[in-house]
Amino acid sequence: MAKQLPKRELENVGLGVTGACVALVTLVVAALIFMVAQKGLSAFFKDGVSIVEFFTGTKWDLANTAENGLPYTGALPLIVTSFAVMVLSTLIALPIAIGSAIFAVEIQPKFGSKVFQPLIELLTGIPSVVFGLIGFHVVVGLMKSVFHVSTGLGILPGAIVLAVMILPTMTTLSVDGLRAVPDSYRQGSLALGYTRWQTIWHVVLKSAMPSLMTAVILGMTRAFGETLAVRMVIGGIEAMPTSLLSPASTITTTLTTSMAVYAEGSAQDDVLWALGLLLMGMSLIFILIIHLIGRKGAKARG
Amino acid sequence: MLDQAYSRRQFLGLAGGLASIVGLGLVGCGGSNAANTAAEGSAAAAESVSGEVTYDGASSFQALVEAAAEKFMDANPDVSVSGSGNGSGKGLTAVAAGTVTIGNSDVFAETKLETDQVKNLVDHEVAVVGMGPVVSKNVKVDDLSLEQLKGIFSGQITNWKEVGGDDAKIVVLNRKAGSGTRATFEAAVFGDEAVDFKGDAELDKSGDVQTQMGSTDNAISYLDFSHFDDSKFNAIMVEGVEPKSTNVTDDSFKIWATEHMYCAKDADEATKAFLEFMLSEDVQGKLVEEQGFIPVSAMKVVKDASGKVSAK
Repeated sequence: MAKQLPKRELENVGLGVTGACVALVTLVVAALIFMVAQKGLSAFFKDGVSIVEFFTGTKWDLANTAENGLPYTGALPLIVTSFAVMVLSTLIALPIAIGSAIFAVEIQPKFGSKVFQPLIELLTGIPSVVFGLIGFHVVVGLMKSVFHVSTGLGILPGAIVLAVMILPTMTTLSVDGLRAVPDSYRQGSLALGYTRWQTIWHVVLKSAMPSLMTAVILGMTRAFGETLAVRMVIGGIEAMPTSLLSPASTITTTLTTSMAVYAEGSAQDDVLWALGLLLMGMSLIFILIIHLIGRKGAKARG
Repeated sequence: MLDQAYSRRQFLGLAGGLASIVGLGLVGCGGSNAANTAAEGSAAAAESVSGEVTYDGASSFQALVEAAAEKFMDANPDVSVSGSGNGSGKGLTAVAAGTVTIGNSDVFAETKLETDQVKNLVDHEVAVVGMGPVVSKNVKVDDLSLEQLKGIFSGQITNWKEVGGDDAKIVVLNRKAGSGTRATFEAAVFGDEAVDFKGDAELDKSGDVQTQMGSTDNAISYLDFSHFDDSKFNAIMVEGVEPKSTNVTDDSFKIWATEHMYCAKDADEATKAFLEFMLSEDVQGKLVEEQGFIPVSAMKVVKDASGKVSAK
């Protein structure tokens, strides 16, 4: 390699290599979407599962078959549970995330960047199964002793475990969002005679709103997709949840526990792929929302 | 300086290109691990086999297969035995499709595969596992009939006082559909009847059942004998018979299953040798019992694909 390539040829090599990387990623994404869509849609078009039934039916039972020879594929209980767990965990985590972000950025910035942020980042790195274990042994026991229920499994323990898991994501993003607010805003506000609290509430939080929304949505996305930790504390019963402490099952937990059971190409397997397609569609919507917020935020700031 | 920059870029370009080629190459050949048995696999094969044995299937006796595989590889260093436990269904479809050489299953292949697929498979019954109902420490009931178990696990009996216990709601802890333990338990208790009662929870693993049983009052579940733990919960009698290996061998204790290892009819020498080893005295006489299973040779009865039990 002692000899140099001519400059133009070198440009072409660079173009080729980087282009190949982009092509590879595009190919993988396209193939992924194509495969999940093909498998998932074949549940409806090949096996004859009714789409309406899939989204509105409340009986999910792949092991038994109905009169029409198909398994029971009402996914509504799973969808409801997934959303319930997601919303509840966000509701628990959001105030804590924003509160600690305000403290770490506005009130004690030194403590925030030296102690608090590394601590939160440490929390991000903990594998989800650890949270699941803690949930299984601690949160479930807590539910039993506080609410006097028999098993202690259900949506509430799931949401509590998830809240802890999405907290670091939401906090880190909120901290970044608050930091990005220019100091001149704060100074201007203080110069006008606003108190610190008024400055935080009316100026900082308001102008950081798009980043905070992104933090919320990314947290929700993670909560929606998280599987392992939820699976250990949710109870795993595919039925419409009647209370926050009745056993239920989310889309992801049902997917993972049923995956290995059914033979490839069977109606049951295809329906599971349809669940996967639904999950992918949801995350696509979440990403779209984040983009919309980002664009709106950019417009608002000029 | 310029010279150096160029060569570094060239190097990076080359390295990147190579990396992507290697990556693609790996993806491309991931599926073709068909055992490459040596051609001389005829006469002296029993002494020195080589090749690759892969398995997939039931997780319930995966530990037994792994332990046996380790011993087998010690004796036959040219053979590699590896695999995973993705459930009986996956194991059977995989061996029928030829992606693994051995499919492990808690159930007969006939129950999961089409008849013409089963025709090409050879069954090896390697062990028997007994399973029994377990109840929380605070439950006073120590004997249930199959009829009572059926009532409890179909949701018809919901209070312990209906089966001779205290006045308390029965908490039913099930295993996930697809669990071999659940399939065996339901086959013994329900026969061919479909069950759509789900209970108060469906747990993933036998270990989870142990933990939950230990901390839940008024609960009932079921486990294989090797997972019994007197310090956390009580294993109870069924029809007045204690859940013990000796009672399984003559079918006086009714809840048990045979563990199957299926291979294709035209399996390679390494696979055949490994399955022979599974049935040999080394495994059957020692390993099977160490792992909490019952050797097939100790059984006085056999169960066929439809669940019928007959004297051997």
